[in-house]
Order: sequence, then C-alpha cells, then structure tokens
Amino acid sequence: MTATIIQTNSAPFKAVTVDPVTLDILENALRNARVEMDATLFRTALSPGIREQGDAFPLIADRDGKMVVGQFGSFIDGFLRLYQGEIEEGDVILLNDPYSCEGAISHTSDQLVIAPIFHKGRLVAWSAMFGHMTDVGGKVPGSLPTDAASIFEEGLRMPPVKLYRKGALQSDILAIAAHQSRMPEWYKADLHAIVAACRVAGRRVVELCERFGEDVFTSSLTELLARNHRAMGQLMQMSIGEEKVSFEDFICDDGKGAGPFKIKCTMWREGQRVILDFEGTDPQSDSSINFYLNENMFKMFFGIYMIMVFDPQVMFNDGFYDLVDVRIPEGSLLKPKFPAALSCRTHALGRIFDVLGALLGQKTPEFLCAAGFSSSPHLMFSGYDGKGEWFQLFQIGFGGIPGRPFGDGADGHSLWPGFTNVPNEFLERYFPMVIERYESVADSGGAGRFRGGNGIHMTYRFLESGTIAIHDDRWFIPPWGVNGGLPGMRSWKRLDKASGESIPLASKCDGIKVEKGDLLHFVTWGGGGWGDPLERETDLIGLEITRGLVTVEGALRFGVVAHADGSIDEAATEALRAKMRSERGPLQLFDRGPSIDDLRASCLADTGLPAPVQPVWRVRPSRMAAE
Amino acid sequence: MSYRLGVDVGGTFTDLLLLDEKTGGFWRHKTPSTPHDSSEGVMIGVEAICAKAGITPADVDIFLHGTTVATNAVLEGKGARVGLVTTEGYRQTMQIARSLVPGGLAAWIVWPKPEPMAKLEDTVEIAGRIDAQGLEIRPLDEADIRAQLGVLKAQGVEAITVSLMNAYLNGAHETRVAELAAEILPGVPVSLSHIVLPEMQEYERTLTTVANAAVRPVVGRYVRNLREKLRGLNMQGRIALLRSDGGLMSSEKSEEHPVSLLMSGPAGGVAGAIWVARNSGLKNILTLDVGGTSTDVALIENGEPRRVRTTDVGHLTVRASSLDVKTVGAGGGSIAKVPELTRALRVGPESAGANPGPASYGKGGLVPTVTDANVVLGYLPENLLGGTFKLDREAARTAVQTVADALGIGLYEAARGIIDIVNENMFGALRMISVQQGYDPRDFALMGFGGAGPLHANAVGKLMGSWPVVSPVSPGVLCALGDATTRMRTETARSLSKRLSQTTETEVAALLAEMAKQTKAELVDNGVPEADVTCAFEIDVRYHGQAFEVPMTVTLDGFEKGGLTRLAAAFDEEHRRLFTFNMDAEHEFVNLRAVAMGKVQDIPALEIPKGDGNPIAAKIRDHEVWVDGGLKPAVIYDRSLLRAGDRIPGPAIVVEMDSTTLVLPGCEALVDPFGTILITPV
Repeated sequence: MTATIIQTNSAPFKAVTVDPVTLDILENALRNARVEMDATLFRTALSPGIREQGDAFPLIADRDGKMVVGQFGSFIDGFLRLYQGEIEEGDVILLNDPYSCEGAISHTSDQLVIAPIFHKGRLVAWSAMFGHMTDVGGKVPGSLPTDAASIFEEGLRMPPVKLYRKGALQSDILAIAAHQSRMPEWYKADLHAIVAACRVAGRRVVELCERFGEDVFTSSLTELLARNHRAMGQLMQMSIGEEKVSFEDFICDDGKGAGPFKIKCTMWREGQRVILDFEGTDPQSDSSINFYLNENMFKMFFGIYMIMVFDPQVMFNDGFYDLVDVRIPEGSLLKPKFPAALSCRTHALGRIFDVLGALLGQKTPEFLCAAGFSSSPHLMFSGYDGKGEWFQLFQIGFGGIPGRPFGDGADGHSLWPGFTNVPNEFLERYFPMVIERYESVADSGGAGRFRGGNGIHMTYRFLESGTIAIHDDRWFIPPWGVNGGLPGMRSWKRLDKASGESIPLASKCDGIKVEKGDLLHFVTWGGGGWGDPLERETDLIGLEITRGLVTVEGALRFGVVAHADGSIDEAATEALRAKMRSERGPLQLFDRGPSIDDLRASCLADTGLPAPVQPVWRVRPSRMAAE
Repeated sequence: MSYRLGVDVGGTFTDLLLLDEKTGGFWRHKTPSTPHDSSEGVMIGVEAICAKAGITPADVDIFLHGTTVATNAVLEGKGARVGLVTTEGYRQTMQIARSLVPGGLAAWIVWPKPEPMAKLEDTVEIAGRIDAQGLEIRPLDEADIRAQLGVLKAQGVEAITVSLMNAYLNGAHETRVAELAAEILPGVPVSLSHIVLPEMQEYERTLTTVANAAVRPVVGRYVRNLREKLRGLNMQGRIALLRSDGGLMSSEKSEEHPVSLLMSGPAGGVAGAIWVARNSGLKNILTLDVGGTSTDVALIENGEPRRVRTTDVGHLTVRASSLDVKTVGAGGGSIAKVPELTRALRVGPESAGANPGPASYGKGGLVPTVTDANVVLGYLPENLLGGTFKLDREAARTAVQTVADALGIGLYEAARGIIDIVNENMFGALRMISVQQGYDPRDFALMGFGGAGPLHANAVGKLMGSWPVVSPVSPGVLCALGDATTRMRTETARSLSKRLSQTTETEVAALLAEMAKQTKAELVDNGVPEADVTCAFEIDVRYHGQAFEVPMTVTLDGFEKGGLTRLAAAFDEEHRRLFTFNMDAEHEFVNLRAVAMGKVQDIPALEIPKGDGNPIAAKIRDHEVWVDGGLKPAVIYDRSLLRAGDRIPGPAIVVEMDSTTLVLPGCEALVDPFGTILITPV
C-alpha cells in the first residue's frame, strides 16, 4: 500500500490464539455494529434515495482493509494502494471518483466515506460506507446522463480528500462538494449521516478492543478471515468443477441507439483456485453504461452468491479472496479506460448477478435461478413548482424476482438488499404528482413450475410541467427462464400526453419534457420462470387468476384451461398439457426467448421503438490485462 | 372496600394478584393455565384468590388483565378472514408491500415470502380519489362500491377493512364505504384506516388496519367470554386490558382496537418490573425476560419505560404504540449447533420448543439446547418447579457432548461456550435499546425474570456493567403485579407537520390544551376521579426532510414564551447525543401527543422477616458448578427461607418454584427487605 498510516504507538500487535467462543462473540458484535450503522444512516439522511430506499452500503474491515462484515464493499484496499498521503487518527476520507479507487465505487453519484479506527495510538480497523446522492451536479438533474461521453460530464469528481483532518471538519471541502449539487441540503445531510454511521462503527470497535484487548481483537479478525477462507475453499472444491463453464448475457442498448452489449464470463477451477474470466465481453461503450468493475468487488459478489446458492450458513467476509482469480480485459465494458463515462453502470451491475447465478447453477440445475436483474430502474423528475421552488425526484423502481429452486419469485420486489419502495402517499405529498396505479403486471413473470415474479406497472400523473429521465433495461432481450421455465416479459415505458397523443419512451432517456396532466406508464420487467410450466399445480394457477396475478389467457402458457372465476377445466387442461408435451422439444436449461435477430426484426412492432443497431468498436479490449 | 385484581395468563401458570387499595394488603395465587379456554383457569383462580382474601368477586372494583390472545392470533395465523377495500390502482398494496427482501445481497434466492394478511383474492378496488391535500379529485361511484362489497360477501369474509389513498387527510370516502358495508354485509365488523391509524404511508396504514380487523373477532370473543364469566361470578367492576404501550384500556375499547394489544403480554412484565424496582429504590432498569424460545428486553428510565410508535409481531411491523421491547430468538430452548463448513458454534434462533423440548426434559429431545448447557454446568439443579419435574442430567450431557466433539473441546467448555454465545445475543438486544439509543448501560440495573432470566442475568449484567443485577420474587406474579399496578393511561395524537417558521407557540399550545381536555375526559369516563388525572405532552421533532422523529417532552407552563425555540434547542442536543451531529435544516414539528394518566398505584411490597445476614438457614445442599474454567463448590439455597439482609457469596444458586437465580463467583447477592435479590460485584 502506498498510503502512509501514522501511528503514535509503534508496538506491534501480538498474534494470539483466540478460543472459538470469543471468536463467535466478536463476529456477532461486529455484525451488530454494522446493523447500527444502517440504523444511524436511515434516521438522519434526508434524500428519499437513502432514507426511504436504502441505497447505501456499510462495512467494517481489518487493519489491512479486508472486509470482515458488510456486503457491498472491499472499498478500502484499492484506496490504500492509490492514496499517496498520510492517514492519521481522526481523519475521515471522502471520495467519489471511481478511477481513484480502482472502481471500489463505480459512479460519481456514490460518495464513499472511509474512516480509520485507532485505539491507543494504533490503527485497529476501518469503517466505510457509500451512499448514492440524489445529485452531484453535471449535465442533467440526477447526475446520470445516459449520453455522457466522458466522466467530466458526470458532475463532481473528487479524489480521496480529508473531510475530517485529525477530527476537525474541513468545511471548505464540504462547501465545495455540496455546491456542485442541485440539492445541496440533501447532499450535506446525507454525507453527515454516512459519517455518523462510520463513527458508530468506530465506537463499537474501540469498545471491543477495550473489552477483549487489541491483540485478541486483531487476531480475531485475522482468524475470522481465515475461517471464511477454509469454508469457502471447501465449498469451492465441492461445487465448482475444473471443466470450463461459460455464460453470456446482454445489456439491451447504450441509450444512443446501439446494442446489445455482451457480458461474457467463463469459470473454472485449477486446483484450489477458481478463475473467473471476462474474456469475450464487449468493448467499452461511448455512452455511460460502462461499469468499472473492481476485481475484489466481483470476488465478493461471487462469494455471496456461492453461499446463498449452496450453503447459506457460511458467514461471509473477504477471507477467501486469494482463492479466486478475476480477469477483466482492459478497455472492455467492465474495465473501461479513463475518462470513459460511468454514471449509468447500474444496468451492467445488475446483469453481473444474472451472469453469476447462471455460471454457478449451470452444472447443478437444481440450484439454478432464473434471470431477473434488469438493473435498478430509475425515474428522475425535476422542475419548478407553482411557487417557483425547485423539486427533484430520484426514484428507484423494482420488478419481478426470478423463479427459484425454493419457489415462485415475489411480485414487484427488490433484488437489491435493504431497498424499499417509496410510499406513494409520500410521493404525492412532496412532489407534484398523483400515482394513479401501482400494481404488478399479470402474466409478466415467466411461466414455470415456479413462476417468475411480476413486474410493476406504475402510472404517474404529473401536476406540474418538468423534465423526466428514465434508466432501465431488459426492454429488448427478455429475462431468461431456466430448467424449462419461460422468459419473463420485457419492460416498457409510455407517455400519454394530456393532448391524447401516446408516445413510447426509450428505456434509457434524458431530458423528456412533460406537462401538467401527462400520464407516464413506467412498467418494469418480470422475472424468468423456473422448471416445467406444465408441472405447475393447476389449483394454484386458478387461485392466481382470482388474485389478478395471472390471466385466463396467461394460464395457457402453463397448459391450463381456466375460467375467469379461477375454476379449471380439468379435461381441457389435461388435453392441452398432453398436446404441448408432445409438440415441444426437450426442456432447455436456459430459455432466452427469440434470437437477437428475431427480436430486432419485430422490435418496432412489439415495442414501438426502433431496434438497437450492432455497436461498432473503436478499440478492442486488450487481452488478459488484469493479470 | 376497594379491590384491584391483576391476572396474567402464562403458558404454564395463571397468576393472580388481589390488592386491597385501602389497606395496601394483597394476596397472590397461582393455578395451572387451561390452554383450550384460558378463562377456565382464570375463573378457578378468581374464586380461589377471593376465598383467600375472604371476599367475593362482587367486591372487586377493577379486573386488570394482560393477554397474548391477539399476539397468538397473528403469530399462528388464526385471525379472521379479512376483506380489503382499496383505491382503484392499489389492489396489490399488501402483495407488493414495501418491496423489501430482508437479508443481504442475494437473500432473495432463499427468502420465503409471507402471504399477505388480507388475501389478494379478498381484496377489491373502488373508484374515487382523494389527493395529498385531502381534496376529492374523483367522486365515489356507489354502484361500483356495492358491486365490490358484493364480491367480498361472496368470498365469505369475516371482517372488512377499508384503506383508501390519502384517507389520513380525509376519511369521507372510507366512512361512506363503511355505511354501505353495514347495509350489504350486516354484522361484519368494519375497520377504517383513517380511524385506526390516521398517518401517511398507505402500506403501513393498510397493514395496521388489516391486522386490527383480523384480530378483532378473536379478541372480541375472548373478551366477551371473559366478561360474561366474570359477570357470572357476580363481578360487576370494570374490566381493563393492558395495552402494548403499558397503559390500560377498557375491555369494550379493546374489542374495537385490538391492534393495541399485540404486545400486551410483555408489557405486563415490564410494568411489574417497574413496581419491583420502585420498592427496591431503583429508577433506571434494563429488563431481561428470558422464555423458552425468545428473550424480551426493555429499557426503563426514571421509572418510565421507553415507548415506540411501532409494534413488531412475527414478520409484521404495525403502526401502534408499544413499549420498546426488543425480542431476540435466544431462550432456554435455543438449539446449539456446529455447521460443518465453518466449524463455528451457533446458538438459536431455532428452538426445541416445549415439545420435545431440551434433551434434559426427557421428552425425547436429543439436540443440545441452552437449558441443557445450564444443566451440564450445574447452574440448573435437577429439580425444577418445586420438585414435580426432574431434569435428566445424563441426557443433557450426551446432547452437549455432540457440540464438544464437533468443536474438539471438552464437555464443560462446550456447555460454557453455548451459554456465552446466548448471553452475547441477549447482550446484543440490550445494546440495541440502550447504547444505540444513546444510553449508558452502566447507569442502569438489570432485572432478569421469566423462567430463565435470573439464570443469565448475572453474566449479562457483567457484560453490560449494569449493576445491581436484580432477581425479583416469583416471575409469574411479576406480570400479574404489573397488571394490577398499572395506571390508567390514554393518549391522543395529531399530525401537525409544520416548520418552526410556519407555526407559533399560541397555535401549538391551543392544540395541546384541547387534546389534554379530550384525553382527560376519556379517563374520567372510564371512572378515574378527575383530581387524579395528570396530563403530559410530547412533540415529535425532526430536521425538515428527515424520516425519523425524536419524541420530545414539553410542558404547557410558560410554553407561550419561547417554548418552540427551547424545544428546537433541546432537539439539537438530543440529536447530537444520538447521532453526533446537528444540521442547518429547519426544525419540523411532526406530531403532537397528549397523554392522560391516572394515579400511580403505590402498592407497598410485603416485607419478609429480617435475618442476621447469614443465609445458612436457607441452605438446601452443597453443589458443584463449572465456572471460570473449572468445577467449583457452590451452595443451593431455598428462596422461600431467605431473610432480609442475608448475604450470599457467589458461586451460589437460589431456587424457587418457577425460577432459578445464579450468583457468579466474584459477586454477592443481597436479599432486600422485600425478598428481591440484588447481585453486585464484590
């Protein structure tokens, strides 16, 4: 590491043996501290994105920066390598430039706060948290310009700076940063809230050092990491083969008419180590859909998915990182070269999880989940209200959870941890809009023995003129089903003007003017289905018809003939299912729906939008650059 | 003559406490519970305790009761079938909920989504719309409402909930639906969201109203049955139920608003703890109520328990005031295991329950539990429940040995590990209500009750630095005591949602005064003498734009002179204490609350005979316990034979019929004049 840690006490930490019970106690205590970080943040943040939706992620790491508790982190290691300055007790680091921390955060909207934790003059641990700010300046409200050609169009861009120096707030820095935002009060409050959350973790760590002694504390962290290393090593031996498995999925478009963009990953094991190689991923985009994927971040996603898919009892941390080798070609969509624009990386970030699920489950279909990550669909709405006051909404939507080995995917739920929707009464109270409809879309979840969750149909009626922007995906290539399950329905957006005109909107668009009385239909994707639809219980389909989650017509996809009251025509159903069984080929492991060529051909008719054209690359990614 | 009767129905025993308000004398009685119809046990107990006191049930003025009937209806899914009427476009409010998948990244893969409390097939939507200013945008269509209510009728719903968008600002549409429902579905109870919870956020308001509707028939049946039987015994006095927030409400009101009873059970224990603490001269208490499957903790500051605006039951969080009781899945029946991959020791949240129960219960249980670890270590002597129930020590050792083998450590070390981890889980829950709220646990005493509370309290107190550790006499009676000694309490809330610059002291003071009048009148109607009623006020304050408010106490004295500015300054201080920083944003006054309270029931505790400090007369036998890494001699004492002033050096065990207190080495237990055990480090 190149950051210099200044300690007033140079005594080395002693490695001591920690009994298993003390170890478990410490692990519990650290997990509780993490929960406290979240609680502190949600209570004090101001922006709906953080306080209502939970778009923020904490961690606590050991003194080398390895995450011990947390889930979206490992931010510290990259920062320590690139930071040239000194770090002292009481310092709090703020940064938001992905290129200054090797992509530990991946767009300028995320402000990352890193706080070293000292005890008796020695660095004992780190706490850190990042949160998505509603606005950090730049060319569009919300600071996520789809058409940005470089990161310089994406607002405030801060290298690691000391927000607090030896405990003293550097108010000039806060003033400069907040000044870039269209919502400076939210920016300041949210940042204070993140710092407060990191402080809480700091206090808890100091208490633990006092209770157990620093040697026991630091040795315990090391041992917790080692314990995870052992468990993950075993888990990887058991569940990942030496034979290569490969999977590719797509971002539908770049918001400028080109697409789709391929993300490809190949996974295999060589002895103890697992290799994840993104060779074959498309080159970086000219727009802002690039996702600067940090290798450690991806190891973490991989680890968490391994645990969730194969053994949810394993406790997660960074300990296993040296068992995984992640290779990302430089200049690719996942490792774009500076100064590529990054703001709309959410689509690729979401897609990474579908790819991971497919890789891990391919050889063990009983553990495979269908696809569901569109991204996190965003709506921005901004303007001046009747009193001349600026309003700016940044809202994250949700879609269908994929069909899973454990059962149906939930309708209209979040795939992101801790995220919640914004109450519609809250939206109506604080923004000039009426939400006319908020429900899941019948039949949008892919058919399967376990069906995919339905997407959400949300209809906004605007009460003031203003500007909207939309960020979504999965409008062109549907979310795939698995083990015979069918794909889910694609997302769509439409603006019904007060004048009567109806305009299909692109999945990614900026600067769309809306007028008082206009209706926006914001419809998200459904999750893919899991398993043979012909094996789904007919009574359940009947029940779901009465619930309005499946229609009579949609029931036919399951080979079920039903009436509007949910009653089943048993004889017709049996006949239809027999016919479908005899006519179809073998069940597909992955059902992606129509081919890309067929999708292109029918795009305009199906969606009202022109099909994306094949991207043309200016540069090819360099091979194995990550080695 | 004036008698108060407190009754607590537990899983095993029904406890009663009868109090003569004139003399302060009281009687206690314990009788087996009758789970098939708990009123049977209650009636047996009422007759018995009245006989003891030489009175008849007709002499009882007020019958006070904490009950878990509403809680169990929710947890066991035995509520009524609720039909829900929503606004057009919002049929799936309960289905989508807040879109939250609990747990971390990828937790959706394994999350079992619970079914909504009002089923989607029993949910209809109607035309008509109120906006966020409370104004009607579109009118109701009565033919549409009739048709939709007809659908619910055909579905056979047993209760109706109406929850329409923005009804918290204007309930006119809901009221009209209720009128039509009374016509179309006569006899089916109707709950309206703007009455049950006039607050913003459609999901939370709907859920709370649905929960209310779901438990109404169950609670109504229970209350009416109890009332009839009590009247059958010629008891004409008032019947009041303990609410989740520690106040009391009339049995009639509880039939309408049973959602306020969801934490009635734990509230009894907290109320009892307050009474015990007051007698022992303690004002700040953390409570540790350890049961078979879970542990409830609460914080009492200056004799007042902390309250929160939500009630958590199972996976549901409803918006109803309750005592800030946190529950963790750590109890005597919590199962210890060692997962193969990590080789870590985990305890709970799975529980062996009452059946088969811990291995040591000898009912066929084989997996090691916390109780088994306590038995192995000698903390829990073989005879429980006054000798009628013998623990199987060998079975406990066999079960715990499986953990020892998996960890490669000795039997005693494994048992001690299980106890340390479960103590740590309890410690974690206590931290959430203390340290995390800005309280220093060293300013608090720790009171353990429930079957296993006093077994763990000494060790947890040590972790917290909370002294003395308090073990009250007979934990079952503690809840009945709580029921009997609770003061009448009622509150009303009003949403203000104005910034400092948008309101005045005069406006706020006038609103508070009006609310005080209303709550006082309610208590007087409930038979509280007007002179006994006191009123307190709270204002929820936040920085404009925050989602979280801090309830601040205010008084009306001098409020008109700068009261709001002082309140803002006090809030800044509290915010700094809680979160380490203040903001420039303007202060917003969100809700006003007036709380009217009856007189504190200052019931003196019964003094026990005074001894000479030596507990030898209460000694049952010598014993051995595993502490500090080895087997140490300890003494078992009979609690009923202890005298005031007796000092017991640790390690020692004090047993009584339904509880066991463990005194650790390095600590000493002092028996106070009322038989309460106070443990402090030597």
